[in-house]
This record gives sequence, structure tokens and C-alpha cells, in this order.
Amino acid sequence: MSTKRKGAYAAKVKRATHMLFYRRHQKPGVKGWELRKALSSDYPKVLDVLDDFLKPLDLQVKTVFEEEKAPEKPSVDDLDKARFYVTLRGSLEPKEAKMIGWRIDDLAGLAITISYVISKKGQAARRDVEELLGEKLAGWKVGLNLDRYIRYGYLQQDDNEQLYLDWRTRAEVDEKALIDLLLYSEVEEAARSKVKVSVEAEEEDEAGENSEG
Amino acid sequence: MATQQKSQTRKETKKLGKDRLQRVIDMMRGIEDHTVDPFLLNVDEIIRIVQEYFPAWDQPEELNLDAEAIHHLASVIKLQSEWVKQRSTSLYTDPFLLEEKITQKDKREMMQLFLRAWHPIVEQEQVTLRSFADALRYWDALVPLKERWEQPAVAEVATGVATREELIDQSILRDETFSAEMGRYYDELKGKVQTKGKDGKLDYMDWVGADTYTETVQRVYITSFLVTYGYATLEVIPLEDEIFIMPLQEPGAKLARQAFSVPITLTFESWQKWKRGEKT
Repeated sequence: MSTKRKGAYAAKVKRATHMLFYRRHQKPGVKGWELRKALSSDYPKVLDVLDDFLKPLDLQVKTVFEEEKAPEKPSVDDLDKARFYVTLRGSLEPKEAKMIGWRIDDLAGLAITISYVISKKGQAARRDVEELLGEKLAGWKVGLNLDRYIRYGYLQQDDNEQLYLDWRTRAEVDEKALIDLLLYSEVEEAARSKVKVSVEAEEEDEAGENSEG
Repeated sequence: MATQQKSQTRKETKKLGKDRLQRVIDMMRGIEDHTVDPFLLNVDEIIRIVQEYFPAWDQPEELNLDAEAIHHLASVIKLQSEWVKQRSTSLYTDPFLLEEKITQKDKREMMQLFLRAWHPIVEQEQVTLRSFADALRYWDALVPLKERWEQPAVAEVATGVATREELIDQSILRDETFSAEMGRYYDELKGKVQTKGKDGKLDYMDWVGADTYTETVQRVYITSFLVTYGYATLEVIPLEDEIFIMPLQEPGAKLARQAFSVPITLTFESWQKWKRGEKT
């Protein structure tokens, strides 16, 4: 790549960073067509470069397509209609979650709500979700929390009080990973404790051999 | 005799076949509307039924029914395939199993799991030097509120009490109540019919016509209420293009005939014609 071309890319990456990090509309994120307008038609390449820059910082450029299921080979039109965000690449520690303003109760409530809606094929009655949350959260908090999740864009509610996943869940939550974690966490934990027990047993054996020696 | 029997059997077979196909179509429609489980349908059985009766069809509507059954069968097979695909994806989970897992987990466990699948959006809400400069330029160009919302100068008038006469002058109040005015017109109509009328009726234009057009319009307006409220009735003779008004002896009494609307136009020109004594 020539120096001039590199310079042009650097300028575009800078511009893309500004657009993606600073909120331009009521909702965060930038539409593909906006990026095309500002950075030219090679904006997907610019975003790839930016993504590489963000990797060491544990951040990533996330693409959320208009359709629920991401196309295997997105067309120019798919990308133009998609919304791009900068999100955390890895995951947060519980302590860090507190630092960004989430109480454990609220976050657990959000996790339960999202998991439940996913399990109901993306639509669940608010009353059912309230009942589920009410088992472990104070009654007065349940409604407030649900309203907060709706306000933030994690959920949306229709006139019939049915809850659906909204744009923020699609941008921030790896739905498949969440369900897998829920279903297989016990298996994982059991496997981990099994490994731990066998390691301890080996250590004991070694210690016994040494003392014998 | 044998031919007749054969024809009878053929008719019965057709009837039975049509009924069976119609039932199958109804069931498949139920599946398409998502009210019936797609796997309740035995596809092989349906194909067997379609095959069994196909040789009996010779009328267009019968062949149409056969084609409809095949069409719905294709839709149901598609639905079955989608159902299998959905269930086989890794995102499909049994809702009951998942619900059970959710209720088993405590808040901390749930949060820890969620944190592994949660990648929150990074966004800044910070003032930059450039936006600050833009904002200052905008502020400089902004017209002060007192200039933008400048009110037209209105002379200050001391508040006071309006008299009834002043309200009548400004047409806010009328100098008599509407019902009293109608009563007055009713009496006038009865008097005029007695003096100028013929056979208990008076020409409509002779009744409403007045010295000025405004006054005439006002009389037309009041007259419409006289007729509506049963103080008077109209007699329309379409062929002669004549309209008469007749006062009723008992105001408000129900009319024997069905009430209907009579549109009457009164233009300035027709009023002028009436004033000149020409027939309107």
C-alpha cells in the first residue's frame, strides 16, 4: 500500500472512529449508508482496519443486519441497511459490570428476561415474565426493571403486552452463547470439578510417592 | 340395468372422493394457519387418497379440487421441513427445560453467565472542541427569544362589564330566545294565511320574502325550524314548480306521512325576481 493510500485510509479510519464512538442519533450506532456517504463505498474495508486496531483494546466493530438472521454473504444493500456499533469483544467481570452502572439484581433480571423471551421463540407475555422475575426480585422492582429494559432498547412491548427482543439485545447479546451457557453450565461445572478432583488425587499420589522415597 | 347400477356406483364414489378430499384440504388449511401440528398429517395416506380417486375425476371442478389438494399438500410438506430445520438449529431449546434452568440458577450465577455472552456497546457522550466551537457559532447566530416571539402591540384597555345590549350589538346574544322567535313567526304565518292565503296555505316565497335579502334569508332559516318542529308543513308541486307553506293547528303533532327533506335554494337573483313581482 502506497504512503498516500495509507494516509487516506488512516483518515477514513479516524473518521469512522468518530462516527462509531460518538452518538449521532437517539440510538447509538451508524447505518451502513451513512458510513458509505462519509467514507466512500469501501467503508467495509475501513471498518475491517478499524476492527484490527480495536482488537488489542478488547473492542470490536459489530454489524447488526436488518434481518434477524445475518446473511452468509452480505450484499452491498444488506450492509447499507445494517447498523454498525463498537462493542466489547470479550466479556466483563462482575466487578466491572457494577462499575458501568448495573446492579447484580438488574443484570440478572435482564439475563432471565432475555433467556426467557428467546426460549419462547422471541415473544413472551409480560405477565409471564413478571411472574418469573417476581420469584426472586421484589414485586415493586419487577415492573420498574422491565420498563428500564424496554427504555434502554433491550426489549420492546406491543399493545397486547407481549415482549420481544429489541435492537440493543441484537447488538450486545450473543443469544446462542447465552442459551448454550444456560443449558450446559452444569455439565461444564461438573467436568471442571471432576478435573479438579483428579488433579488433587494425582498430587496426593505424587506426595505419597515422594514421602515413601 | 347393469349400466344404471354402474353409473350409480360411480356417482357414489365421486361423492365420497370429493368429501374426503375436502376434509383433507380443510385439515391442511388448519396446518397452514398454524392451528394444527404439521406432523399430524400422514403424507403417504393423503397421496394414496389422491391417487385412489384421481381416475374418477372428469369434470373441471373435480380436477380443480384434486389440484388444490396437491397444492396444499406441498405447502404442508414445506412447513414440516421448516419445523424440522427450526428444531435442529442450535438456537432451538425446549422452553420448559430452559425455564427450569432459569429458575434453578441464583442471581449471581445468572449474572455471571450473562456477562459471558454480553458485549455492551461502547459510546461516548463527550464535548469535543469542534462541537464546542460549532455550538458557540450557533449561539452567536441565534436571535434572542424576545425578538423571535415579539407580540404585535395591542392597545391596553381597562376591563369592565359588558351590557346585554352590547352583546346583542355584537351578535353574541339575540334579543329574544329562539323558541319565542319561532312562536312569533308561527303566529305571523297563521295570520298571513288567513289574510293572504288560499285553502289554508300560502306561497312559500310570499311567506319568506322580505324587504332585504338578509331578512329573507333569516326568515328562510326560521321557517326551516317551523317545518322541522311541526309548526308548519310544506306542499311541493314539482310539475308546477310551486311550493306552499301551511301552518299546522297543533304544533309538534306527528305528521301522518314520513318526514322528508326539501332543499330550497334562495339566491340573490331569485329574491330580486320575487321583489320585481316575477315568478321565481
